[in-house]
Amino acid sequence: MAYRNGDLMGRVSVRGVSRRFVKNGVSHTLALENIDLEIEDKEFVCFIGPSGCGKTTLLRIISGLDTPDGGDVFVSNEKITSPGPKRGMVFQEYSLFPWKTVMNNVIFGPLMRGVKKEKAMEEAEKYLDLVELTQFKDSYPHELSGGMKQRVAIARALANEPEVLLMDEPFGSLDAQTRNSLQCELLKIWQKKHLTILFVTHSVDEAVFLADRIVMLTARPGRIKEITVVDIPRPRNRTSMEFNQLRNHLLKILAEEQENK
Amino acid sequence: MVKGRFESLKGKGVEILSIVSALIIWQLIAVYVVQNKFFLPSFTDVSLAFYSVVSRQMDFPVDILSFTRQIQMPVLIVDLLYSLMHFFIGMIGAFLIGMPMGMLMGWFRSVERVFDPLIEVVRPIPPLAWIPFAIIWIGLNPFGAGFLIFIGALFPIIINTFTGFKNIPRIYVEAAKVLGCNKDRELIRHVALPSALPSIAAGIRIAMGVGWMCLVAAEMFGVSKNGLGYKIWHHYYLHNMDFVLVYMLVLGFLGLLIDRLLRLYVEGRLLKWRTGMVI
Ligand SMILES: Nc1ncnc2c1ncn2[C@@H]1O[C@H](COP(=O)(O)OP(=O)(O)OP(=O)(O)O)[C@@H](O)[C@H]1O
Ligand SMILES: [Mg+2]
Repeated sequence: MAYRNGDLMGRVSVRGVSRRFVKNGVSHTLALENIDLEIEDKEFVCFIGPSGCGKTTLLRIISGLDTPDGGDVFVSNEKITSPGPKRGMVFQEYSLFPWKTVMNNVIFGPLMRGVKKEKAMEEAEKYLDLVELTQFKDSYPHELSGGMKQRVAIARALANEPEVLLMDEPFGSLDAQTRNSLQCELLKIWQKKHLTILFVTHSVDEAVFLADRIVMLTARPGRIKEITVVDIPRPRNRTSMEFNQLRNHLLKILAEEQENK
Repeated sequence: MVKGRFESLKGKGVEILSIVSALIIWQLIAVYVVQNKFFLPSFTDVSLAFYSVVSRQMDFPVDILSFTRQIQMPVLIVDLLYSLMHFFIGMIGAFLIGMPMGMLMGWFRSVERVFDPLIEVVRPIPPLAWIPFAIIWIGLNPFGAGFLIFIGALFPIIINTFTGFKNIPRIYVEAAKVLGCNKDRELIRHVALPSALPSIAAGIRIAMGVGWMCLVAAEMFGVSKNGLGYKIWHHYYLHNMDFVLVYMLVLGFLGLLIDRLLRLYVEGRLLKWRTGMVI
Protein backbone atom coordinates (compact mmCIF):
# COMPACT_ATOMS: atom_id res chain seq x y z
CA MET A 1 0.00 0.00 0.00
CA ALA A 2 1.24 3.42 -0.95
CA TYR A 3 0.04 5.18 2.20
CA ARG A 4 1.74 5.04 5.50
CA ASN A 5 -0.73 3.83 8.04
CA GLY A 6 -0.87 7.28 9.60
CA ASP A 7 -2.15 8.94 6.47
CA LEU A 8 -5.09 6.60 6.40
CA MET A 9 -6.01 6.74 10.03
CA GLY A 10 -8.48 9.50 10.70
CA ARG A 11 -9.79 10.02 7.21
CA VAL A 12 -13.55 10.40 6.93
CA SER A 13 -15.36 9.92 3.62
CA VAL A 14 -19.05 10.63 3.43
CA ARG A 15 -20.39 9.42 0.09
CA GLY A 16 -23.89 10.25 -1.09
CA VAL A 17 -25.43 10.01 2.36
CA SER A 18 -29.19 10.56 2.71
CA ARG A 19 -31.39 10.07 5.72
CA ARG A 20 -35.14 10.08 5.75
CA PHE A 21 -37.09 9.65 8.96
CA VAL A 22 -40.21 7.59 8.48
CA LYS A 23 -43.14 7.75 10.85
CA ASN A 24 -46.07 5.33 10.66
CA GLY A 25 -44.97 4.15 7.25
CA VAL A 26 -45.10 7.58 5.64
CA SER A 27 -42.00 9.60 4.99
CA HIS A 28 -41.84 12.19 7.67
CA THR A 29 -38.72 14.29 7.29
CA LEU A 30 -35.93 14.25 4.82
CA ALA A 31 -33.12 15.20 7.19
CA LEU A 32 -30.09 14.78 4.92
CA GLU A 33 -29.93 14.68 1.17
CA ASN A 34 -26.98 13.42 -0.79
CA ILE A 35 -24.09 14.60 1.37
CA ASP A 36 -20.64 14.15 -0.16
CA LEU A 37 -17.66 15.11 1.93
CA GLU A 38 -14.01 14.13 2.19
CA ILE A 39 -12.29 14.99 5.44
CA GLU A 40 -8.53 14.55 5.66
CA ASP A 41 -6.71 12.94 8.51
CA LYS A 42 -5.96 15.47 11.27
CA GLU A 43 -8.33 17.98 9.81
CA PHE A 44 -10.55 20.21 11.94
CA VAL A 45 -13.92 20.70 10.29
CA CYS A 46 -16.79 22.75 11.65
CA PHE A 47 -20.43 22.34 10.64
CA ILE A 48 -22.90 25.18 10.82
CA GLY A 49 -26.47 25.45 9.64
CA PRO A 50 -29.95 26.37 10.77
CA SER A 51 -31.48 24.43 13.65
CA GLY A 52 -33.01 21.15 12.55
CA CYS A 53 -31.01 20.91 9.34
CA GLY A 54 -29.51 17.54 10.19
CA LYS A 55 -26.14 18.28 11.80
CA THR A 56 -26.71 15.90 14.68
CA THR A 57 -28.05 13.30 12.28
CA LEU A 58 -24.90 13.54 10.17
CA LEU A 59 -22.62 13.08 13.20
CA ARG A 60 -24.69 10.14 14.39
CA ILE A 61 -24.36 8.49 11.00
CA ILE A 62 -20.61 9.01 10.98
CA SER A 63 -20.33 7.59 14.50
CA GLY A 64 -22.34 4.53 13.46
CA LEU A 65 -25.21 5.16 15.87
CA ASP A 66 -27.57 5.79 12.96
CA THR A 67 -27.57 4.22 9.51
CA PRO A 68 -28.10 6.22 6.34
CA ASP A 69 -30.87 5.30 3.91
CA GLY A 70 -28.56 5.95 1.00
CA GLY A 71 -24.80 6.24 0.65
CA ASP A 72 -21.94 5.12 2.87
CA VAL A 73 -19.47 6.47 5.37
CA PHE A 74 -15.87 5.31 5.45
CA VAL A 75 -13.41 6.07 8.22
CA SER A 76 -9.81 5.05 7.60
CA ASN A 77 -11.14 3.34 4.44
CA GLU A 78 -13.34 1.13 6.56
CA LYS A 79 -17.08 1.14 6.04
CA ILE A 80 -18.94 2.21 9.17
CA THR A 81 -21.68 -0.16 10.23
CA SER A 82 -21.70 0.15 14.01
CA PRO A 83 -20.34 2.49 16.68
CA GLY A 84 -16.84 1.93 17.99
CA PRO A 85 -14.26 3.53 20.25
CA LYS A 86 -12.21 4.90 17.35
CA ARG A 87 -14.91 7.50 16.77
CA GLY A 88 -15.47 9.41 19.97
CA MET A 89 -18.55 11.51 20.43
CA VAL A 90 -19.50 14.43 22.64
CA PHE A 91 -23.30 14.56 22.59
CA GLN A 92 -25.42 17.67 22.38
CA GLU A 93 -27.38 16.62 25.47
CA TYR A 94 -26.04 15.45 28.82
CA SER A 95 -24.70 11.95 28.47
CA LEU A 96 -22.64 11.29 31.62
CA PHE A 97 -23.58 8.12 33.48
CA PRO A 98 -25.32 9.51 36.57
CA TRP A 99 -24.44 6.43 38.63
CA LYS A 100 -20.70 6.87 38.14
CA THR A 101 -18.45 9.51 39.64
CA VAL A 102 -16.69 11.95 37.34
CA MET A 103 -13.53 9.85 37.50
CA ASN A 104 -15.34 6.61 36.76
CA ASN A 105 -17.10 8.23 33.84
CA VAL A 106 -13.79 9.31 32.35
CA ILE A 107 -12.06 5.94 32.75
CA PHE A 108 -15.06 3.99 31.42
CA GLY A 109 -13.81 3.89 27.83
CA PRO A 110 -10.21 2.92 28.67
CA LEU A 111 -11.43 0.17 31.03
CA MET A 112 -13.61 -1.19 28.24
CA ARG A 113 -10.52 -1.35 26.02
CA GLY A 114 -8.74 -3.33 28.70
CA VAL A 115 -6.48 -0.63 30.16
CA LYS A 116 -5.54 -1.30 33.79
CA LYS A 117 -7.51 0.78 36.25
CA GLU A 118 -4.51 2.56 37.79
CA LYS A 119 -3.09 3.47 34.42
CA ALA A 120 -6.48 4.69 33.26
CA MET A 121 -6.90 6.86 36.34
CA GLU A 122 -3.49 8.39 35.85
CA GLU A 123 -4.39 9.30 32.28
CA ALA A 124 -7.82 10.53 33.31
CA GLU A 125 -6.25 12.97 35.78
CA LYS A 126 -4.55 14.69 32.86
CA TYR A 127 -7.76 15.17 30.96
CA LEU A 128 -9.65 16.30 34.04
CA ASP A 129 -6.88 18.77 34.67
CA LEU A 130 -7.30 20.03 31.14
CA VAL A 131 -10.96 20.82 31.68
CA GLU A 132 -10.12 22.12 35.18
CA LEU A 133 -12.26 19.66 37.07
CA THR A 134 -9.66 17.67 38.99
CA GLN A 135 -11.14 18.64 42.34
CA PHE A 136 -14.55 17.28 41.29
CA LYS A 137 -13.31 13.85 40.30
CA ASP A 138 -15.23 12.12 43.10
CA SER A 139 -18.46 14.02 42.54
CA TYR A 140 -21.51 12.56 40.90
CA PRO A 141 -22.90 14.26 37.78
CA HIS A 142 -25.94 15.62 39.63
CA GLU A 143 -23.54 17.64 41.75
CA LEU A 144 -22.14 19.47 38.71
CA SER A 145 -23.44 22.42 36.73
CA GLY A 146 -24.47 22.00 33.11
CA GLY A 147 -21.22 23.40 31.76
CA MET A 148 -19.16 21.23 34.10
CA LYS A 149 -21.00 18.12 32.92
CA GLN A 150 -20.21 19.00 29.34
CA ARG A 151 -16.53 19.47 30.22
CA VAL A 152 -16.45 16.02 31.83
CA ALA A 153 -18.05 14.61 28.69
CA ILE A 154 -15.23 16.16 26.66
CA ALA A 155 -12.61 14.70 28.98
CA ARG A 156 -14.33 11.33 28.75
CA ALA A 157 -14.27 11.36 24.96
CA LEU A 158 -10.63 12.47 24.84
CA ALA A 159 -9.48 9.92 27.41
CA ASN A 160 -10.60 7.17 25.07
CA GLU A 161 -8.04 8.42 22.51
CA PRO A 162 -10.22 8.25 19.41
CA GLU A 163 -8.93 8.81 15.87
CA VAL A 164 -11.94 10.89 15.01
CA LEU A 165 -13.72 13.08 17.53
CA LEU A 166 -17.30 14.06 16.78
CA MET A 167 -18.45 17.02 18.83
CA ASP A 168 -22.08 18.15 18.77
CA GLU A 169 -22.24 21.71 20.08
CA PRO A 170 -20.02 20.80 23.01
CA PHE A 171 -19.60 24.36 24.22
CA GLY A 172 -23.22 25.39 23.76
CA SER A 173 -23.97 25.61 27.44
CA LEU A 174 -20.81 27.38 28.55
CA ASP A 175 -20.20 31.03 29.36
CA ALA A 176 -18.10 33.04 26.94
CA GLN A 177 -15.03 32.97 29.17
CA THR A 178 -14.92 29.20 29.66
CA ARG A 179 -15.87 28.72 26.07
CA ASN A 180 -12.89 30.71 24.81
CA SER A 181 -10.42 28.97 27.07
CA LEU A 182 -11.76 25.54 26.14
CA GLN A 183 -11.53 26.41 22.47
CA CYS A 184 -7.82 27.11 22.98
CA GLU A 185 -7.37 23.90 24.97
CA LEU A 186 -9.14 21.90 22.30
CA LEU A 187 -6.85 23.31 19.63
CA LYS A 188 -3.81 22.42 21.75
CA ILE A 189 -5.00 18.84 22.20
CA TRP A 190 -5.83 18.57 18.55
CA GLN A 191 -2.37 19.74 17.56
CA LYS A 192 -0.68 17.40 20.02
CA LYS A 193 -2.68 14.25 19.31
CA HIS A 194 -3.33 12.46 16.10
CA LEU A 195 -6.93 13.54 15.87
CA THR A 196 -9.53 14.46 13.26
CA ILE A 197 -12.26 16.68 14.69
CA LEU A 198 -15.77 17.18 13.34
CA PHE A 199 -17.35 19.96 15.31
CA VAL A 200 -20.95 21.18 15.13
CA THR A 201 -21.62 24.69 16.35
CA HIS A 202 -24.20 27.43 16.14
CA SER A 203 -21.57 30.08 16.55
CA VAL A 204 -19.93 31.40 13.39
CA ASP A 205 -17.31 33.02 15.56
CA GLU A 206 -16.41 29.67 17.09
CA ALA A 207 -16.23 28.01 13.69
CA VAL A 208 -13.91 30.64 12.25
CA PHE A 209 -11.69 30.46 15.31
CA LEU A 210 -11.34 26.68 15.26
CA ALA A 211 -11.78 25.22 11.82
CA ASP A 212 -9.57 24.36 8.87
CA ARG A 213 -12.73 24.17 6.84
CA ILE A 214 -16.30 25.20 7.56
CA VAL A 215 -19.17 23.22 6.08
CA MET A 216 -22.39 25.17 5.81
CA LEU A 217 -25.57 23.09 5.54
CA THR A 218 -28.86 24.23 4.05
CA ALA A 219 -32.14 24.26 5.95
CA ARG A 220 -34.12 21.05 5.80
CA PRO A 221 -33.42 18.91 3.88
CA GLY A 222 -29.77 19.28 4.83
CA ARG A 223 -27.50 19.62 1.82
CA ILE A 224 -24.03 21.09 1.64
CA LYS A 225 -24.46 24.73 0.76
CA GLU A 226 -20.89 25.87 0.87
CA ILE A 227 -17.51 24.71 2.10
CA THR A 228 -15.24 27.53 3.23
CA VAL A 229 -11.52 27.06 3.75
CA VAL A 230 -10.27 29.14 6.67
CA ASP A 231 -6.88 30.32 5.63
CA ILE A 232 -5.97 32.30 8.72
CA PRO A 233 -2.83 31.11 10.53
CA ARG A 234 -3.25 29.99 14.17
CA PRO A 235 -3.37 31.37 16.82
CA ARG A 236 -6.20 33.38 15.33
CA ASN A 237 -7.08 36.79 16.51
CA ARG A 238 -10.80 37.35 16.76
CA THR A 239 -10.45 41.07 16.15
CA SER A 240 -8.30 40.84 13.03
CA MET A 241 -9.55 42.07 9.67
CA GLU A 242 -9.54 38.77 7.84
CA PHE A 243 -11.28 37.04 10.75
CA ASN A 244 -14.11 39.56 10.66
CA GLN A 245 -14.39 39.52 6.90
CA LEU A 246 -14.85 35.77 6.91
CA ARG A 247 -17.28 35.90 9.78
CA ASN A 248 -19.43 38.52 8.12
CA HIS A 249 -19.49 36.54 4.91
CA LEU A 250 -20.63 33.40 6.75
CA LEU A 251 -23.20 35.28 8.79
CA LYS A 252 -24.66 36.64 5.59
CA ILE A 253 -25.17 33.27 3.93
CA LEU A 254 -26.44 31.78 7.18
CA ALA A 255 -29.05 34.55 7.41
CA GLU A 256 -30.07 33.83 3.82
CA GLU A 257 -30.51 30.20 4.71
CA GLN A 258 -32.56 30.97 7.81
CA GLU A 259 -34.95 32.97 5.63
CA ASN A 260 -35.40 30.15 3.13
CA LYS A 261 -36.47 27.89 5.93
CA MET B 1 -25.68 12.62 71.88
CA VAL B 2 -28.11 11.87 74.70
CA LYS B 3 -29.38 15.39 74.51
CA GLY B 4 -29.78 15.04 70.79
CA ARG B 5 -31.86 11.92 71.17
CA PHE B 6 -33.97 13.62 73.81
CA GLU B 7 -34.50 16.57 71.48
CA SER B 8 -35.62 14.27 68.68
CA LEU B 9 -38.04 12.54 71.06
CA LYS B 10 -39.40 15.89 72.12
CA GLY B 11 -39.99 16.72 68.47
CA LYS B 12 -42.10 13.55 68.17
CA GLY B 13 -44.49 14.55 70.98
CA VAL B 14 -47.64 14.21 68.91
CA GLU B 15 -46.71 10.79 67.58
CA ILE B 16 -45.89 9.41 71.03
CA LEU B 17 -49.07 10.86 72.47
CA SER B 18 -51.08 9.24 69.69
CA ILE B 19 -49.67 5.78 70.33
CA VAL B 20 -49.95 6.05 74.11
CA SER B 21 -53.57 7.18 73.97
CA ALA B 22 -54.43 4.40 71.54
CA LEU B 23 -52.98 1.87 74.00
CA ILE B 24 -54.93 3.38 76.89
CA ILE B 25 -58.19 3.43 74.96
CA TRP B 26 -57.62 -0.15 73.87
CA GLN B 27 -57.04 -1.21 77.47
CA LEU B 28 -60.13 0.62 78.72
CA ILE B 29 -62.40 -0.74 76.04
CA ALA B 30 -61.15 -4.29 76.53
CA VAL B 31 -61.49 -4.23 80.30
CA TYR B 32 -64.66 -2.17 80.83
CA VAL B 33 -66.63 -2.38 77.60
CA VAL B 34 -65.97 -5.71 75.94
CA GLN B 35 -65.09 -7.60 79.10
CA ASN B 36 -64.31 -10.73 77.12
CA LYS B 37 -60.75 -11.92 76.73
CA PHE B 38 -61.66 -14.12 73.79
CA PHE B 39 -63.32 -11.33 71.89
CA LEU B 40 -60.76 -8.61 72.56
CA PRO B 41 -57.69 -9.30 74.72
CA SER B 42 -56.52 -6.22 76.58
CA PHE B 43 -53.12 -4.61 76.28
CA THR B 44 -52.00 -6.22 79.53
CA ASP B 45 -53.18 -9.67 78.37
CA VAL B 46 -51.17 -9.26 75.21
CA SER B 47 -48.13 -8.06 77.14
CA LEU B 48 -48.28 -11.12 79.38
CA ALA B 49 -48.66 -13.39 76.37
CA PHE B 50 -45.68 -11.68 74.80
CA TYR B 51 -43.65 -12.20 77.95
CA SER B 52 -44.60 -15.85 77.91
CA VAL B 53 -43.46 -16.51 74.31
CA VAL B 54 -40.23 -14.66 74.96
CA SER B 55 -39.42 -16.38 78.26
CA ARG B 56 -40.53 -19.94 77.48
CA GLN B 57 -37.67 -21.94 76.02
CA MET B 58 -37.86 -24.69 73.48
CA ASP B 59 -35.49 -26.95 71.55
CA PHE B 60 -34.24 -25.77 68.24
CA PRO B 61 -32.33 -28.26 66.12
CA VAL B 62 -29.14 -26.89 64.66
CA ASP B 63 -27.20 -28.75 61.99
CA ILE B 64 -23.54 -27.93 61.82
CA LEU B 65 -21.55 -30.14 59.46
CA SER B 66 -24.00 -33.06 59.76
CA PHE B 67 -23.73 -32.87 63.51
CA THR B 68 -27.14 -32.19 65.01
CA ARG B 69 -27.61 -30.45 68.32
CA GLN B 70 -30.57 -29.13 70.19
CA ILE B 71 -30.24 -25.55 71.33
CA GLN B 72 -32.56 -23.94 73.86
CA MET B 73 -34.23 -20.83 72.54
CA PRO B 74 -37.29 -18.70 73.32
CA VAL B 75 -40.41 -19.84 71.45
CA LEU B 76 -40.82 -16.57 69.66
CA ILE B 77 -37.28 -16.65 68.30
CA VAL B 78 -37.77 -20.18 66.98
CA ASP B 79 -40.98 -19.12 65.25
CA LEU B 80 -39.17 -16.12 63.87
CA LEU B 81 -36.34 -18.21 62.46
CA TYR B 82 -38.74 -20.60 60.76
CA SER B 83 -40.70 -17.75 59.25
CA LEU B 84 -37.59 -16.00 58.00
CA MET B 85 -36.46 -19.26 56.47
CA HIS B 86 -39.76 -19.64 54.57
CA PHE B 87 -39.65 -15.99 53.61
CA PHE B 88 -36.12 -16.02 52.29
CA ILE B 89 -36.50 -19.29 50.40
CA GLY B 90 -39.32 -17.61 48.49
CA MET B 91 -37.61 -14.24 48.11
CA ILE B 92 -34.30 -15.64 46.92
CA GLY B 93 -36.09 -17.86 44.43
CA ALA B 94 -38.14 -14.95 43.15
CA PHE B 95 -35.02 -12.83 42.89
CA LEU B 96 -32.96 -15.44 41.05
CA ILE B 97 -35.68 -16.09 38.51
CA GLY B 98 -37.44 -12.73 38.32
CA MET B 99 -34.42 -10.52 37.81
CA PRO B 100 -32.86 -12.33 34.82
CA MET B 101 -36.30 -12.79 33.32
CA GLY B 102 -37.19 -9.10 33.63
CA MET B 103 -33.77 -8.12 32.32
CA LEU B 104 -33.97 -10.33 29.24
CA MET B 105 -37.52 -9.24 28.54
CA GLY B 106 -36.58 -5.60 28.85
CA TRP B 107 -33.48 -5.89 26.70
CA PHE B 108 -34.54 -8.28 23.94
CA ARG B 109 -37.80 -7.49 22.22
CA SER B 110 -38.18 -11.12 21.09
CA VAL B 111 -37.99 -12.43 24.66
CA GLU B 112 -40.59 -9.87 25.68
CA ARG B 113 -42.93 -11.04 22.97
CA VAL B 114 -42.59 -14.67 24.02
CA PHE B 115 -43.05 -14.20 27.76
CA ASP B 116 -45.28 -11.17 28.08
CA PRO B 117 -48.57 -12.93 27.18
CA LEU B 118 -47.75 -15.84 29.49
CA ILE B 119 -47.00 -13.52 32.37
CA GLU B 120 -50.14 -11.51 31.76
CA VAL B 121 -52.20 -14.70 32.07
CA VAL B 122 -50.49 -16.13 35.15
CA ARG B 123 -49.94 -12.90 37.08
CA PRO B 124 -53.55 -12.15 38.08
CA ILE B 125 -53.92 -15.55 39.80
CA PRO B 126 -53.80 -14.74 43.55
CA PRO B 127 -50.75 -16.39 45.17
CA LEU B 128 -52.95 -18.22 47.66
CA ALA B 129 -54.78 -20.01 44.87
CA TRP B 130 -51.53 -21.88 44.32
CA ILE B 131 -51.72 -23.64 47.71
CA PRO B 132 -53.08 -26.97 46.37
CA PHE B 133 -50.38 -27.19 43.76
CA ALA B 134 -47.72 -26.11 46.22
CA ILE B 135 -48.69 -29.10 48.34
CA ILE B 136 -48.86 -31.54 45.43
CA TRP B 137 -45.71 -30.39 43.66
CA ILE B 138 -43.49 -29.61 46.58
CA GLY B 139 -45.12 -31.10 49.63
CA LEU B 140 -45.47 -30.11 53.25
CA ASN B 141 -41.99 -28.76 53.83
CA PRO B 142 -40.36 -25.33 54.07
CA PHE B 143 -40.03 -25.21 50.31
CA GLY B 144 -43.78 -25.60 49.96
CA ALA B 145 -44.27 -22.45 52.02
CA GLY B 146 -41.41 -20.78 50.18
CA PHE B 147 -43.14 -21.53 46.89
CA LEU B 148 -46.19 -19.43 47.79
CA ILE B 149 -44.01 -16.52 48.83
CA PHE B 150 -42.08 -17.03 45.62
CA ILE B 151 -45.27 -16.72 43.57
CA GLY B 152 -46.24 -13.56 45.41
CA ALA B 153 -42.82 -11.94 45.07
CA LEU B 154 -41.97 -13.05 41.55
CA PHE B 155 -44.19 -10.75 39.52
CA PRO B 156 -43.35 -7.43 41.17
CA ILE B 157 -39.68 -8.24 40.60
CA ILE B 158 -40.17 -9.22 36.96
CA ILE B 159 -42.39 -6.25 36.18
CA ASN B 160 -40.18 -3.65 37.84
CA THR B 161 -36.96 -5.01 36.38
CA PHE B 162 -38.63 -5.08 32.99
CA THR B 163 -39.91 -1.51 33.32
CA GLY B 164 -36.52 -0.32 34.53
CA PHE B 165 -34.86 -1.84 31.49
CA LYS B 166 -37.47 -0.43 29.12
CA ASN B 167 -36.96 3.07 30.45
CA ILE B 168 -33.19 3.28 30.17
CA PRO B 169 -32.48 6.65 28.54
CA ARG B 170 -31.19 5.91 25.06
CA ILE B 171 -28.41 8.46 25.45
CA TYR B 172 -26.60 6.32 28.07
CA VAL B 173 -26.61 3.27 25.85
CA GLU B 174 -25.35 5.35 22.94
CA ALA B 175 -22.66 7.00 25.04
CA ALA B 176 -21.46 3.57 26.13
CA LYS B 177 -21.45 2.33 22.55
CA VAL B 178 -19.25 5.12 21.26
CA LEU B 179 -16.92 4.48 24.18
CA GLY B 180 -16.41 0.93 22.98
CA CYS B 181 -18.96 -0.95 25.09
CA ASN B 182 -20.79 -2.75 22.33
CA LYS B 183 -21.76 -6.23 23.41
CA ASP B 184 -25.19 -6.91 24.90
CA ARG B 185 -23.68 -8.51 27.96
CA GLU B 186 -21.43 -5.54 28.70
CA LEU B 187 -24.15 -3.01 27.98
CA ILE B 188 -26.51 -4.78 30.34
CA ARG B 189 -23.90 -4.97 33.05
CA HIS B 190 -22.45 -1.49 32.79
CA VAL B 191 -25.39 0.60 31.61
CA ALA B 192 -28.77 -1.10 31.83
CA LEU B 193 -28.40 -2.59 35.28
CA PRO B 194 -27.19 0.52 37.11
CA SER B 195 -29.64 2.69 35.25
CA ALA B 196 -32.55 0.39 36.10
CA LEU B 197 -31.45 -0.14 39.69
CA PRO B 198 -33.89 2.32 41.29
CA SER B 199 -36.79 0.59 39.60
CA ILE B 200 -35.45 -2.86 40.49
CA ALA B 201 -34.99 -1.82 44.11
CA ALA B 202 -38.55 -0.55 44.23
CA GLY B 203 -39.70 -3.87 42.78
CA ILE B 204 -37.85 -5.84 45.44
CA ARG B 205 -39.41 -3.68 48.08
CA ILE B 206 -42.90 -4.32 46.77
CA ALA B 207 -42.08 -8.01 46.40
CA MET B 208 -40.95 -8.22 50.03
CA GLY B 209 -44.22 -6.63 51.11
CA VAL B 210 -46.30 -9.08 49.09
CA GLY B 211 -44.16 -12.03 50.19
CA TRP B 212 -44.55 -11.06 53.82
CA MET B 213 -48.34 -10.91 53.34
CA CYS B 214 -48.32 -14.43 51.92
CA LEU B 215 -46.40 -15.75 54.90
CA VAL B 216 -49.39 -16.40 57.21
CA ALA B 217 -51.24 -18.36 54.57
CA ALA B 218 -48.11 -20.19 53.49
CA GLU B 219 -47.58 -21.54 57.01
CA MET B 220 -51.25 -22.30 57.48
CA PHE B 221 -51.39 -25.56 55.58
CA GLY B 222 -49.08 -27.44 57.87
CA VAL B 223 -45.60 -27.11 56.46
CA SER B 224 -44.07 -27.00 59.95
CA LYS B 225 -44.96 -26.81 63.62
CA ASN B 226 -43.34 -23.42 63.99
CA GLY B 227 -43.51 -20.05 62.32
CA LEU B 228 -45.19 -16.75 63.07
CA GLY B 229 -48.04 -17.42 60.66
CA TYR B 230 -48.52 -21.00 61.80
CA LYS B 231 -48.74 -19.88 65.43
CA ILE B 232 -51.60 -17.52 64.67
CA TRP B 233 -53.73 -20.46 63.58
CA HIS B 234 -52.41 -22.72 66.29
CA HIS B 235 -53.44 -20.29 69.03
CA TYR B 236 -56.71 -19.56 67.32
CA TYR B 237 -57.66 -23.24 67.60
CA LEU B 238 -56.65 -23.09 71.28
CA HIS B 239 -58.78 -19.94 71.68
CA ASN B 240 -55.76 -18.00 72.93
CA MET B 241 -56.64 -14.76 71.26
CA ASP B 242 -54.04 -12.84 73.25
CA PHE B 243 -51.33 -14.99 71.66
CA VAL B 244 -52.90 -14.52 68.25
CA LEU B 245 -52.60 -10.80 68.72
CA VAL B 246 -48.98 -11.07 69.86
CA TYR B 247 -48.05 -12.89 66.66
CA MET B 248 -50.04 -10.44 64.57
CA LEU B 249 -48.17 -7.54 66.06
CA VAL B 250 -44.80 -9.27 65.66
CA LEU B 251 -45.59 -9.88 61.98
CA GLY B 252 -46.46 -6.22 61.57
CA PHE B 253 -43.39 -4.88 63.30
CA LEU B 254 -41.07 -7.29 61.54
CA GLY B 255 -42.51 -6.36 58.17
CA LEU B 256 -41.88 -2.73 58.99
CA LEU B 257 -38.34 -3.47 60.13
CA ILE B 258 -37.45 -5.46 57.02
CA ASP B 259 -38.79 -2.68 54.83
CA ARG B 260 -36.81 -0.03 56.70
CA LEU B 261 -33.58 -2.04 56.63
CA LEU B 262 -33.92 -2.63 52.91
CA ARG B 263 -34.58 1.02 52.27
CA LEU B 264 -31.60 2.06 54.36
CA TYR B 265 -29.34 -0.35 52.50
CA VAL B 266 -30.60 0.61 49.07
CA GLU B 267 -30.34 4.34 49.65
CA GLY B 268 -27.05 4.24 51.48
CA ARG B 269 -25.13 1.78 49.37
CA LEU B 270 -26.67 1.29 45.97
CA LEU B 271 -28.20 4.61 45.04
CA LYS B 272 -25.80 7.19 46.37
CA TRP B 273 -25.85 8.84 42.97
CA ARG B 274 -29.51 9.74 43.13
CA THR B 275 -30.86 12.84 44.76
CA GLY B 276 -34.19 13.29 46.41
CA MET B 277 -34.82 9.59 46.10
CA VAL B 278 -38.24 8.32 47.08
CA ILE B 279 -38.88 4.62 46.86
N1 LIG C 1 -35.19 9.98 15.62
C1 LIG C 1 -35.81 10.86 14.81
N2 LIG C 1 -37.05 10.59 14.35
C2 LIG C 1 -37.69 11.45 13.53
N3 LIG C 1 -37.17 12.61 13.11
C3 LIG C 1 -35.94 12.93 13.51
C4 LIG C 1 -35.20 12.07 14.39
N4 LIG C 1 -34.00 12.66 14.64
C5 LIG C 1 -34.02 13.82 13.96
N5 LIG C 1 -35.16 13.99 13.27
C6 LIG C 1 -35.49 15.11 12.39
O1 LIG C 1 -34.42 15.32 11.52
C7 LIG C 1 -34.15 16.70 11.37
C8 LIG C 1 -32.71 16.98 11.69
O2 LIG C 1 -32.48 16.78 13.07
P1 LIG C 1 -31.07 17.03 13.75
O3 LIG C 1 -31.19 16.65 15.16
O4 LIG C 1 -30.03 16.36 12.95
O5 LIG C 1 -30.92 18.62 13.61
P2 LIG C 1 -29.71 19.55 14.05
O6 LIG C 1 -29.16 20.16 12.84
O7 LIG C 1 -28.78 18.83 14.93
O8 LIG C 1 -30.49 20.67 14.88
P3 LIG C 1 -29.97 21.52 16.15
O9 LIG C 1 -29.02 22.51 15.65
O10 LIG C 1 -31.23 22.16 16.64
O11 LIG C 1 -29.40 20.56 17.11
C9 LIG C 1 -35.13 17.42 12.26
O12 LIG C 1 -36.15 17.95 11.44
C10 LIG C 1 -35.68 16.38 13.18
O13 LIG C 1 -37.04 16.62 13.42
MG1 LIG D 1 -28.30 18.89 16.91
